[in-house]
Amino acid sequence: MINDAAFSDPARDRRIFTGRLLIAGLAAIVLTSIVLYRYFDLQVTRHQDFATHSDNNRVHVRPAAPSRGLIYDRNGELLADNRPSYSLSIIRERSEDLEQLLLQISSLIDISSDDIERFEKRLKRRKPYEHTPLRFNLSEQERGILAVNSYRLDGAEVTARLTRFYPNGELFAHVIGYVGRINERESQQIDSVAYSGTDSIGKIGLEKYYEDRLLGAVGTEHVETNARGRVMRILENVSPLPGTNLTVHLDSNLQRVAHKAFKDDRGALVAIDIKTGGILSMVSAPSYDPNLFVSGISQTNYDQLLQSSDRPLFDRAIRGQYPPGSTIKPLFGLIGLHNNSISMDYSIEDPGYFFMEGIERPWRDHNSKRGGHGKGVDLAKAIIESCDVFFYKMSVKTGIDLLSSYSEMFGLGNLTGIDMPGERPGIMPSREWKQGAKQEAWFNGDTINVSIGQGFMLTTPLQLAVMSARIASKGKLLKPQLVKSIDGVATQPVEVRESINMSDEYWDYVHKAMRDVVHSPRGTAKGISNGLNYEIAGKTGTAQVISISAEDEYDSSKIDKSQWDHALFVAFAPMDDPQIAVGLIVENGEHGSSAAAPIARLVIDEYMKSKSKQSQIIANN
Amino acid sequence: MYTNDFVRRMQSPGGERRHGRSLHMDIPLLMILIALCIGGLLVLYSASGQSLFYVKRQALFMLAGFAAMVVVAQFPVRFWERWAVLFYCIGLISLVVVLFFGVGAKGAQRWLDLGLTRFQPSELMKVAVPMMVSAYLGKRYIPPRFTHILATLALILMPVLLIVKQPDLGTAILIFASGCFVLFLAGLRKRYLISAFLMALAAIPSLWFFVMRDYQKQRVLTLLSPEDDKLGAGWNIIQSTTAIGSGGLNGKGWTLGTQSQLNFLPESHTDFIIAVLAEEFGLIGVLTLCAAYLLLIGRCMVIALNSQSQFGRLIAGSLSLTFFIYVFVNMSMVSGILPVVGVPLPLISYGGTAIVTLFLGFGILMAISTEPKRIRIEL
Repeated sequence: MINDAAFSDPARDRRIFTGRLLIAGLAAIVLTSIVLYRYFDLQVTRHQDFATHSDNNRVHVRPAAPSRGLIYDRNGELLADNRPSYSLSIIRERSEDLEQLLLQISSLIDISSDDIERFEKRLKRRKPYEHTPLRFNLSEQERGILAVNSYRLDGAEVTARLTRFYPNGELFAHVIGYVGRINERESQQIDSVAYSGTDSIGKIGLEKYYEDRLLGAVGTEHVETNARGRVMRILENVSPLPGTNLTVHLDSNLQRVAHKAFKDDRGALVAIDIKTGGILSMVSAPSYDPNLFVSGISQTNYDQLLQSSDRPLFDRAIRGQYPPGSTIKPLFGLIGLHNNSISMDYSIEDPGYFFMEGIERPWRDHNSKRGGHGKGVDLAKAIIESCDVFFYKMSVKTGIDLLSSYSEMFGLGNLTGIDMPGERPGIMPSREWKQGAKQEAWFNGDTINVSIGQGFMLTTPLQLAVMSARIASKGKLLKPQLVKSIDGVATQPVEVRESINMSDEYWDYVHKAMRDVVHSPRGTAKGISNGLNYEIAGKTGTAQVISISAEDEYDSSKIDKSQWDHALFVAFAPMDDPQIAVGLIVENGEHGSSAAAPIARLVIDEYMKSKSKQSQIIANN
Repeated sequence: MYTNDFVRRMQSPGGERRHGRSLHMDIPLLMILIALCIGGLLVLYSASGQSLFYVKRQALFMLAGFAAMVVVAQFPVRFWERWAVLFYCIGLISLVVVLFFGVGAKGAQRWLDLGLTRFQPSELMKVAVPMMVSAYLGKRYIPPRFTHILATLALILMPVLLIVKQPDLGTAILIFASGCFVLFLAGLRKRYLISAFLMALAAIPSLWFFVMRDYQKQRVLTLLSPEDDKLGAGWNIIQSTTAIGSGGLNGKGWTLGTQSQLNFLPESHTDFIIAVLAEEFGLIGVLTLCAAYLLLIGRCMVIALNSQSQFGRLIAGSLSLTFFIYVFVNMSMVSGILPVVGVPLPLISYGGTAIVTLFLGFGILMAISTEPKRIRIEL
């Protein structure tokens, strides 16, 4: 076989090969130098940068959530608690395929489409590497399933945190309020550092008003994580500071009784401790379960609450504005006496209607059968029997300016300043008010309407309670307060202004008249006096929902229940040393005497019972 | 033929090498290999998250590789030269078969399922192509003539294109390079070298637009600016340079590298294992490894220079240069100066088939090293 090799010169071949191999060897050395220069550059010249980057990679500062301050009632019963709750959250950046991950999770535990929808909403506003919650309140079994499968659920993490729980459910929903997840608008307003550990914020009620105190201070945890975001160990940590505990004046037993007393009716009740201005009970019926809102309410539940004609979300106690009706009569009587427009001996004859000069149309007396209250109606009788004509006459003599400026001192027409957000001021009409609101001059007819708590006048149940407390304390103008002590430090009663200086005999006169509303046989609220072993002072009221012309008789059988009159009642007790004042309304309850007064009786009874129990305990000790 | 047989019967000079000779082992080469294997297992232990599973498997493959190397070394060089054609053809046919019946992962068909074991034809070609080309050019006139160059290119390109089709660009480039090294070592004339260089330059745009796939282009783009896609394609390169850079001069210590131990570093026990070494042993570790590699390559070149036949020279030279290319490409891609192609770090990266293939190559080098010498170049 003849081939090229036969003619080749082995020495020459070797020489050529050696030359080529040397060139290749040199090239290899040059290339190696380049690579080594690169390693030198990374490891020596730029070492510091990469060392920092490497630490940033693994060390994360994690906020440690403080536990929210607890809320207790005056007897130490827990109204707002923190309970451990386990939630499943996802770190978007750590999951390779989010859709696949969600699919896997929903094959393991129950994930509703609602959960997914809300998760996707949250996903849009999350910061990089942040936990986005998917499911809350995992059961023990669900946690177990997730733990077993965690190796294939990269990016998903089960976290335990304390979440708010309201053990009394709907009982305190309006007054304590609730916490909920921080929404977009809130997240722009809050200090993002302070809230870095928590995802909920007080939305309404005390939870909102005392948010700063309840929140506590966030702690930090330096943790080492792996590339999947799993925490490997804790390097350093600064403990969070728990939020401040609050004790409120509210009495759970009283609240329970009041709430129950409303049955299916709509309405509100506020009971005030006359000595301190503390709110003993504050009910708005119907109510709702605040626990629904804590981890985000479902759309169905929310729609149900929102669309209910009973408006359970509406806090009637501080936001419901109703005409006070006859409940303001004792106050107006006091103002009339103090300003000498009437005297204690002054009396009128009531024919059942009232004509004012120059006006053809009469003002009817709503609280008497045809024929009126008759002769000799003085202020006491006008209060006891709730005679309108007396107040028509008196108000014209007193004038709106005095009525309005004094009423404001008693808390009407202005915010009471209670430590709760969202309070409404009501309306105490005056010349200036009408000019501002209606661009109209004030007429005497307006005064007459106001004199029986109708017309432009609007009050909240809270204002009614405040008014009756101020009458009961003979003019001590205490601010209503919910919080009794903050972290054990008692909050002092606050006087919004100097006490009203009125003659004692006027106070006593009106007190007695209010006592007789309940205790005299002619009193409008005599129905609640049965079996009382102490004395209640009160005043009934009825507020028109629709206006009935003077000629027509109000006849509930002819109109829809939603247009029935509202029933109101204000009261304080006991007479000898007033301690509790109550203001309440039952929407469409028709008569203060039958619908509203019995509720006040139940509440005051409960209060007196616990008082006597307390004094017994003190005596025994 | 007769001459060769006669020479084989002669005793080799140099008493101290007698033991090595009897097993056809080159002692310096063997020492370096053993050192690299032990070092590799240590790094692998740390890189695999301190798992003995990988270390045991790798050690078993290394033993199998050693056995294969010893077996290969027993055959005379002439045997390999004669049968190169057969291995080449087997490899080529398997490559065609793998295209139709291959199994694989991540969209690439690279494996042939033989029932008991899986076989990767492209691995075989890493040795078979340079062997075939060396055998072909070894019998031809030096420097190679134009027709021989064309024939050689055909021999190289057939398997390379089949491997590109799998697709496995990294392996294809390495095999292409190993074939071209033979051409170069055989004294390819300067005018061909220059025109090949110019053609390569001209081919880059058409490669970009017609040959390269999207993910391959992405890797090139990522190399240019890894920050553009921190969590996607850029993640690997950012994490590996961070691992290397944070290692500093002395390293963080064995099994103490946070980048690799906390799983920030991808593919830490396979292609990116050098980053683990750099993080835990620092620049000193990198330099030590490079020194070992250079010693190994240097020893292989000496074996090539001492080879008695043109075939032996060409195959030994090509294998050493290819080995160097492995090291160079891997270290460059992990440190971010070349795009990421799937090239493991020889003897250190985890991967059974690659290890065995490497040892097959070293087996041939051993055979060349221990063949009876007529002329020796002393270095």
